[in-house]
Amino acid sequence: MQGKTFFIDMTKCTACRGCQVSCKQWKNLPAVKTKNWGSHQNPPSLTPVTFKLVRFNEVNKDGKIRWNFMPEQCRHCVEPSCKLIMNMYVPNSVEHDAKTGAVLYTDKTATIDLEPWEMCPYNVPRRDEKTGVWSKCNMCIDRVQNGMKPACVTSCAMGVMQFGDREEMLAIAYERLAEVRKKHKDAFIADPDDVRVLFLGIGDPADYYEYLSADTAGL
Amino acid sequence: MTNHWIDIKNSDCVLIMGSNPAENHPISFKWVLKAQEKGATVIHIDPRFTRTSAKADFHAALRPGSDIAILGGLMKYIIENKKYFNDYVINYTNASYLVSKDFKFNDGLFSGLNEEKDNYDKSSWQFQTTSDGVPKQDTSLTNPNCVFQILKKHYSRYTLKNVSSASGLSTQELTKLYSIYSATGTAKKAGTIMYAMGWTQHSVGVQNIRAMAMVQLLLGNMGVAGGGVNALRGECNVQGSTDQALLFHILPGYLKTPLAGQDTLEQHNKVNTPVSNDPKSANWWKNYPKYSASLLKAMYSNLTPEEGYQMLPRIDSYKASEYSWLPLWDRMYDGKFEGALIWGMNPACSGADTHKVRKALTELDWMVNVNIFQCETSDFWKGPGMDPSKIKTETFFIPCASAIEKEGTIANSGRWIQWRYAGPEPLNGLLTDGHYFHELWEEVAKLYEEEGGVHAKPITELSFDNMVTDGHFDPRKTARLLNGWFMKDTVINGKQYYKGHQVPSFALLQDDGSTCSGNWLYCNMYTDSGNQSMSRDLTQTPEQANIGLYPKWTWCWPVNRRILYNRASVNLDGVPYNPKKAVISWTGDSWAGDVPDGGSAPGTINPFIMRTHGVGQLYGPGLADGPLPEYYEPLETPLKKHPFSNQLSSPLAFHFQDEEKAVADPRFPYIGTTYRVTEHWQTGSMTRWEPWLVELEPQMFAEISPALAEKIGVKNGEKVTLESLRGKVWAVAMVTERIKDFKIDGNEYHMIGLPWHYGWLTPDDGGDSANILTAGIGDPNTGIPEYKAFMLNARKWQEGEI
Ligand code: SF4
Ligand code: SF4
Repeated sequence: MQGKTFFIDMTKCTACRGCQVSCKQWKNLPAVKTKNWGSHQNPPSLTPVTFKLVRFNEVNKDGKIRWNFMPEQCRHCVEPSCKLIMNMYVPNSVEHDAKTGAVLYTDKTATIDLEPWEMCPYNVPRRDEKTGVWSKCNMCIDRVQNGMKPACVTSCAMGVMQFGDREEMLAIAYERLAEVRKKHKDAFIADPDDVRVLFLGIGDPADYYEYLSADTAGL
Repeated sequence: MTNHWIDIKNSDCVLIMGSNPAENHPISFKWVLKAQEKGATVIHIDPRFTRTSAKADFHAALRPGSDIAILGGLMKYIIENKKYFNDYVINYTNASYLVSKDFKFNDGLFSGLNEEKDNYDKSSWQFQTTSDGVPKQDTSLTNPNCVFQILKKHYSRYTLKNVSSASGLSTQELTKLYSIYSATGTAKKAGTIMYAMGWTQHSVGVQNIRAMAMVQLLLGNMGVAGGGVNALRGECNVQGSTDQALLFHILPGYLKTPLAGQDTLEQHNKVNTPVSNDPKSANWWKNYPKYSASLLKAMYSNLTPEEGYQMLPRIDSYKASEYSWLPLWDRMYDGKFEGALIWGMNPACSGADTHKVRKALTELDWMVNVNIFQCETSDFWKGPGMDPSKIKTETFFIPCASAIEKEGTIANSGRWIQWRYAGPEPLNGLLTDGHYFHELWEEVAKLYEEEGGVHAKPITELSFDNMVTDGHFDPRKTARLLNGWFMKDTVINGKQYYKGHQVPSFALLQDDGSTCSGNWLYCNMYTDSGNQSMSRDLTQTPEQANIGLYPKWTWCWPVNRRILYNRASVNLDGVPYNPKKAVISWTGDSWAGDVPDGGSAPGTINPFIMRTHGVGQLYGPGLADGPLPEYYEPLETPLKKHPFSNQLSSPLAFHFQDEEKAVADPRFPYIGTTYRVTEHWQTGSMTRWEPWLVELEPQMFAEISPALAEKIGVKNGEKVTLESLRGKVWAVAMVTERIKDFKIDGNEYHMIGLPWHYGWLTPDDGGDSANILTAGIGDPNTGIPEYKAFMLNARKWQEGEI
């Protein structure tokens, strides 16, 4: 199981949202008409044209405020349940790139009538209301196949995101985990064996987002 | 910045106060995180818990405007607990200098205040001097008139209890801050400060920064790697625009604007050229006449420096109440301007008391706005409350090329002058600002020549050709002019220099008209060996690499010195205080590392060469509002009484007598403060046209605490109406525990945080400028408006209300 993997060190994320914008820019995705809904997080959730979303979550732990930021995206699961389920409805509607491990949706998904959480433990896929087509992050497969890194990774000035061969990313992630644990004993990597997007955080994964870890999401 | 961006990583303690770098200077924050990874403590003292606080090791919320209370308390802590760096304080600061026996400080006021209480006679603030004019000293620091004792006495009033009642920080939080930061007062540790408009935009803006500079001097943090006083410049080229004097009181290179009465260049030079008889003082400003003459030759190459000087306008005083931003708009409001060129800015959203600014524009006969996009200024005549049929102002909008579509230098916060090459071609054949300036000058000069006029020569004699090639503005030639060249063949110190060759360094500039230099500080940037701002060479010596100096990456003023005052990083023998992070060191016959502040041997000159006496000014007798920072309330404040003196606010703060202020006014009970977010840029005149950014931050909002939300009956995401004495706006309430209520002397005060990025023009339903609420109040030294603290009322928004 080689292929590619992201390492996302949320302890360094400042929620600048450069990644969110660069994703739209590379893919030429339109802006969503939003309003301020009492949070900086906008659009409020992933949309059919928003594949990367920085989530903002405030938690109050015994009077101490923590503001957690999670640059959310599809995890490109090692065994993607979305692929399993969607391909049962429409064969080959979801492809799994052997070389990179990228999970890729095709237009054949248009007829699949499900809720996102019914096929994805991370509640990621979104459906276009008009065309019915499902969409999500495709690992910038066009860039990766040409030796480049995904757009979001190159935009991150804080060094939150890294992208490369899976073993290398796992090694970097665990090394960093050990480092962070010196200061924060409760540091974690969410579901490292199951996903190609290794999120490193501090405390309870659900304090970032209920779907950060499939375990905490109760699935 | 005295230091530079990369240098932040060398710090052992990063104090972030008066700024929000994770949001507003994002790239700087990468170096903060690097310092933190290496073990530095990151402290954020800010009214709000922001994206910066989220990454800090420690955040505490201060009431807007109470910074000097906290910093004064820090100085008290440092002095009383002997945390200061003794050798440094004695050798490199004016701690030992004796102040006039007439100097007094009494209950919030310094000696010398005139009867109208709007000006200080500074004579009693001066130093006692010996017969040859050198300040008297007591290096035992025990004389009651020495700076150190004056400081000690002044800040003895800043007790934990007093500071806590001013700032809202608990005494525990204060002690934590003080003990962590003052631990950098040893040779082996460096603390840095990152500040921005959170400090400058107050009626005590300059004194805020002075207070921190004093802390840094006491702790020996100036001139060292990982230390310094670091202003984060928010605009990408705001450092450059300051260097080139986009301000009323200075000329390029921080030379002084001539005052009325300085009838000759000689008189002007005399006033501005300090004299020191101390053999250890390099007193660099002694060279003022060379820099002024060279600037005049750059502007008026065909005239002598004296003739050139006669071309310059004079101003009546450097008082902020005369020529700075607020009085300018006040005068326009009173109909005293005929026309205005408003270039690359959007005052109809950025100006304090925006209704007044917008009204002032209607008093003009004509107005030209040059900008990338239309904005609330270019389109003011059709804004809310305006009746275009009744507005006389003839308005022009000239779109121009954006920064990435043209080439030229850009100066970053760390004083690096970097060449930027042009990216894409400007759309629709648009031209650059430089081009428009030149065309405008050509037209005006032609009119003067054809039709004559009063005092035409300053325009007609101007050597604009120094910046023009084949009729077009030429940024490369302009860069050469900034450096300057020899006007004729000259011999200096036995060496021959030739007409037309570039001057190698400002040490060779002359006062007789034989050299020109558009900005003496930039002299050495563009020599005969080329334009150093284009250099992209990463090589460095091991000493330089150790602290990430990168001296060959672009060029930095002055003379490529990357860390200012670096002679203060070594002892009198030239040995670095902290050898592990040496900036410079004496090798026996020369200096290794950075370019030192003067190349002479260790111990021969004082390190702060730009100061007359060569030492850091713990005590500074030059500012308008006092030689020591004193804590004053903002001019609009919830408090009736200063927590520990009888002088509520700065007696000298600039304001308009006839404009009412909300002081402990029950109609305006809440503290307002303004700021920026990552996703928008200044007034938003560039970013509000960009759908991806509007998607992220679509509407004017107000961050408020849960307690205030409950009090006014507003839920998260609902609209509120905000009102000050100047006007009202709506905003979407963001109810968050990140906003704290301030408990002061048993009372609870609520704060409302507002971004100032919005404007009525776009997007639809985006809201309007927060500056509709801010006041025309300013710092007495600079005139910068007090955008960071004012008083408001808030209530639930009613349909149709605004
Ligand atoms: S670009 Fe990096 S720091 Fe910015 S939001 Fe994305 S992950 Fe976080
Ligand atoms: S995260 Fe969800 S959408 Fe992405 S591959 Fe896994 S199951 Fe599929």
